[in-house]
Amino acid sequence: MVSFRKSRGSVIRAAVLSALVIGSTFAAAPASAQPQATATLDAIRARGSLVCGVNTGLAGFAQPDSQGVWRGFDVDYCRAVAVALFNDPNRVRYVPTTAQNRFTALQSGEVDMLARNTTWTLSRDTSLGLDFAATSFYDGQGFMVKRSANVEHAPQLDGATICVQPGTTTEQNLADWARANNIRFTPVVIERIEDNISAYLAGRCDAYTTDVSGLAATRAAQASPNDHVILPEVISKEPLGPAVRHGDQRFTDLVRWIHFGLVTAEELGITSGNAAQAAANDQRPDARRLLGRTGELGAMLSVDNAFMLNVIRAVGNYGEIFNRNLTPIGLQRGPNALWTTPGGLQYAPPFR
Amino acid sequence: MSDATADPRYRRTPPKRPIRFSWSDERVRAIVWQLLVVGIIVAVVWWLVRNTQHNLEVRRIATGFGFLNREAGLPIAEHIIDYSPTNTYLRALIVGVLNTLKVAVIGIVLATILGTLIGIARLSKNWLVSKIAGVYVEVIRDLPLLLQLLFWYTVLQGLPNPRNAMNPVAGVFLSNRGLLLPWVEWQAAHTGALLAMIVGVVLTWMYSDVMRARRMQDGQPRRVWPIAVLLILGLPVAVWALMGAPFTPDVPALRGFNFRGGFVVSPEYFALLVGLVTYTSGFIAEIVRAGILSVGHGQWEAAQALGLKPGTVLKQIVLPQALRVIVPPMTSQYLNLTKNSSLAVAIGYQDIVSIANTTLNQTGQAIEGIAIIMAVYLSISLSISLFMNWYNAKIALVER
Repeated sequence: MVSFRKSRGSVIRAAVLSALVIGSTFAAAPASAQPQATATLDAIRARGSLVCGVNTGLAGFAQPDSQGVWRGFDVDYCRAVAVALFNDPNRVRYVPTTAQNRFTALQSGEVDMLARNTTWTLSRDTSLGLDFAATSFYDGQGFMVKRSANVEHAPQLDGATICVQPGTTTEQNLADWARANNIRFTPVVIERIEDNISAYLAGRCDAYTTDVSGLAATRAAQASPNDHVILPEVISKEPLGPAVRHGDQRFTDLVRWIHFGLVTAEELGITSGNAAQAAANDQRPDARRLLGRTGELGAMLSVDNAFMLNVIRAVGNYGEIFNRNLTPIGLQRGPNALWTTPGGLQYAPPFR
Repeated sequence: MSDATADPRYRRTPPKRPIRFSWSDERVRAIVWQLLVVGIIVAVVWWLVRNTQHNLEVRRIATGFGFLNREAGLPIAEHIIDYSPTNTYLRALIVGVLNTLKVAVIGIVLATILGTLIGIARLSKNWLVSKIAGVYVEVIRDLPLLLQLLFWYTVLQGLPNPRNAMNPVAGVFLSNRGLLLPWVEWQAAHTGALLAMIVGVVLTWMYSDVMRARRMQDGQPRRVWPIAVLLILGLPVAVWALMGAPFTPDVPALRGFNFRGGFVVSPEYFALLVGLVTYTSGFIAEIVRAGILSVGHGQWEAAQALGLKPGTVLKQIVLPQALRVIVPPMTSQYLNLTKNSSLAVAIGYQDIVSIANTTLNQTGQAIEGIAIIMAVYLSISLSISLFMNWYNAKIALVER
């Protein structure tokens, strides 16, 4: 028995050793498909639809309507990219992502792009393996409290319990702001935005903090919005925009220039209503370039030259997207007005 | 198989046979198959690792554990050790581990007590008691745990706000901010007293072991409790008194938005604890019932025939035998409870999963984050397993 076991032990050892040798001979083979310059574009085209990571439900930005159709500001960016690629705004599959799983979803290739209230920061840009294509919405963080709490300014929140989504810049800003202003608070961090809001509504928290746009959306969705007050203090800069995987510059360029195209269209006064007519009659050189009548701008982005014409006809220009989705929830253009308006920051580099 | 009982014939070495390099040789076949299987496993693992490394590099996703020393910047509501957002990710993660242990350890103790009571209740001769226990077990076991957690959390949110808090006893407040209890301002002397109590418990245990051994020799019963009281209560009080006997009551009081001071049991922690304890106790009750039923009726009757009191029968005859059936499945329940505590994310209790998730989200290092979560649960689970296996071996029937 004893000697038998001994011999079996040496067999196993030999097996492991040789397996290691076999394994290391495989090692010469290449590891994986190299993501080429247009891997994402190729994959989207081969699949026939864009996979877009959106919020789990935020009125005005991304939320399914009563028919189950996704609507919102961010959703329109997904639709615009789908139009540029397929000339069909409906060839998008929406993947709801939470604040905590959105980056993993993008990194792992589960989604092609994120259009999901994501703040552009240096560390996210450099170490998360993603690129921000543009700033589609300039936002800032604020607080919402119940009117009955009689709070008028954020510094009065000392000692308060504050509901905040984990894994967001909001969470970090809140900690920074509290430290800088010597304010003590108790955080309540619940992953899903809906559960977070319901904890605030149930009175678990004295205040709910997120980007002011998100506060406005939440406030507007309540049965009696007047019971809630958004405090005047804005404690951070939150440039939100679509994000794509790092390493595929063609796709990044496409998403970026769709945003610039939408802004340019508003500058030129081209809307979903008059785009077709403008394509035929508008003699302004920059309008002709935007709508693909002259130049090869679309081909440079590996899409149809008339891609912006199709996009504008399907979703409208930047102003139309804003007015359709965000004006109803009570948001002003503010910094998201065109640069030609005082205080406006939306500016597009030349479309040439 | 010990040497004393082994038949010497079995110890003879089987005749050796040279390996023939032929498929008909069983040993050659064994080697080939093992080589193949191990080779495939190594190749798959190697491919996964290479592929991951390559993709991380191409996408310029940061790797390594360097982030652990960076400032976390995330606020944590409940922490046993001192913590502020300026501390490192490492400390934040340690706070998370302690929060997980806080709910798992207390949950295991409470679930064992509650489960045992319900298991015994289900065997009760009282019709009402046994039916209530039966309904409890069936209802609790049949509903998903996540649903139960959300239920408890919603119930706790339905409590009045701090300004209208329930105040059943002076100094105790119950509101949607949690349960607040009066406490003392914690000082070094209190830590000393706590340590002294732990030492006292260990000494008592050793003392009762010695006394039991003496009783086994001469049959004389010995009283253990006076020394036990002295060690478990007297020793901490003495340490506390020697260290200056500090005592400053810390009574919660409503100031501004919230209560300040006192000992806080947050709704998140409470909902998670209640959910885990009630859920797991349903399973433990059935294990305890099975254990007690596994002891043959003859054992009860024989013990009674010897004139033992019912309590002694349960303690000395039935329980030691039932435990051998109870302990192995109980280990699984303890492991389940610990792992289920990761559902805390849904109701906002900041356990290790919640904090590691936030960390991996902020740093983008999902692989490292998940590895940390896995390492933590593996360590906790293996510790529970080791302890329970040791305990199981200790109470196992000593075969002669």
